Amino acid sequence: MNAENNRFPRTPYILLGLGAALFLFGSWWGLFLAPREQYMGDVQRIMYVHVPTAWNWMLAVIFAFVSAVMFLFTSNYKWDSRLEAGLEVSSLLAFLLCCQGSIWAKPTWGVWWDWDPRLTSVAVLLFAFVGIIALRNFVDDAARRAIWSSVATIIAAVDLPIVYFSVKWWNSLHQQPSSPKTVSSDFYIPLRVNAFAILFLMTGFIMLRARLASRRLANEVSTVPLMEAGETA
Amino acid sequence: MRAALRKELLLQWRTRAQIMSVFVFGATSLLLFSFGVGPNSEVLRQFSAGFLWLGLLLSSTLTLAESFHAEMENRALEGLLLLPADPRALYYGKAIANWIQLSLLGTALVPVMVILYDAGTTRVLSLVGIIILGAAGLSAPGTLYAGMTAQVRAKQTLLPLLLFPLIVPALLASVKATSLVILGDPMQTLRSWLLLLASFDAIYWTLCGLLYPRVVED
Repeated sequence: MNAENNRFPRTPYILLGLGAALFLFGSWWGLFLAPREQYMGDVQRIMYVHVPTAWNWMLAVIFAFVSAVMFLFTSNYKWDSRLEAGLEVSSLLAFLLCCQGSIWAKPTWGVWWDWDPRLTSVAVLLFAFVGIIALRNFVDDAARRAIWSSVATIIAAVDLPIVYFSVKWWNSLHQQPSSPKTVSSDFYIPLRVNAFAILFLMTGFIMLRARLASRRLANEVSTVPLMEAGETA
Repeated sequence: MRAALRKELLLQWRTRAQIMSVFVFGATSLLLFSFGVGPNSEVLRQFSAGFLWLGLLLSSTLTLAESFHAEMENRALEGLLLLPADPRALYYGKAIANWIQLSLLGTALVPVMVILYDAGTTRVLSLVGIIILGAAGLSAPGTLYAGMTAQVRAKQTLLPLLLFPLIVPALLASVKATSLVILGDPMQTLRSWLLLLASFDAIYWTLCGLLYPRVVED
């Protein structure tokens, strides 16, 4: 079981540092330099973290899905550790998305929540992934845990487009969607800077988390009696 | 697969007292939902489809969790896997048995809904058709997850935790289709909801069948 994930020991720290610096820079730009939005006022500035979070959330979900598929094909535990990292980081991002979205929605729409297809899909996938993380915690056998959570991740990820379209359909029947926002170039720079900032932060977190997961796994396998370790490996 | 299905149906027939109690559970939850709204018959009628499906969904966690009970005793699942048969046959046998059971349960809950919520309809056949399609959407992923969670601690919590977020599209389409049948369908959208439900079923009956052999392998 070669599950080290440790070829570039310092990369995640560099990424985290770079991401944090970029994030400060982009947010400073977004908060102080970018012009005030005409209709929504300062509330709109949350867009500079919200939209990049949403993009990166999608990347994290794709990463978790790919890890799950790769594990089922290769049975290499490196992918199991990456899946664990992907699940947790994408749940964190989804949770942040829901919080930021509610903070923005309350002053703008007057409600905390709206049954918009994007919101609903994020929430559904957040609950699905939290369920899978719970499943991982309840299964003691490493091989079963890896296979089952991969299977569950694939099933949940396949559900995402179906949820999106069904909610879109469901909603369009009795409610007008809000008008699309056009983004002018003044708003663009901080948006891009923050997108890369969160991308670096996310990648750093995923790498560190995957490393932690593979060390835990190695520890778990080495502490069980030899016979059982042979069976699970 | 036919043998697996026969075994499941026979087992269900022999434990029919249990199915009866699940039905009573579903009917009780329908009764309780109406207390959540209050004695406003117009509102109750409007929400009746949603209540029917939530009742069926809650009851389904009981029947699905129970469906792997026999396999877990005396490690019977390992014995079944040693047979020269495809594990997929086991899965489909179990899933079809659960499907039939949930369809019957849903159909049995309809009269309760009609009486409690005054939600009658003359299109009984389409209503039964929707229940059959919706039950298929519940049972395919439900059987797969029940197969996983039956083998771990805290299975009562884990099964709904995994299953409920997943079946959101199926629940949504079933509720919408059912309420269109009950309340009338002026815009003729019933067909598209049924199509959505059918594609959900097709995707998950295929995908879960493909993945099941990996779940039980050791």
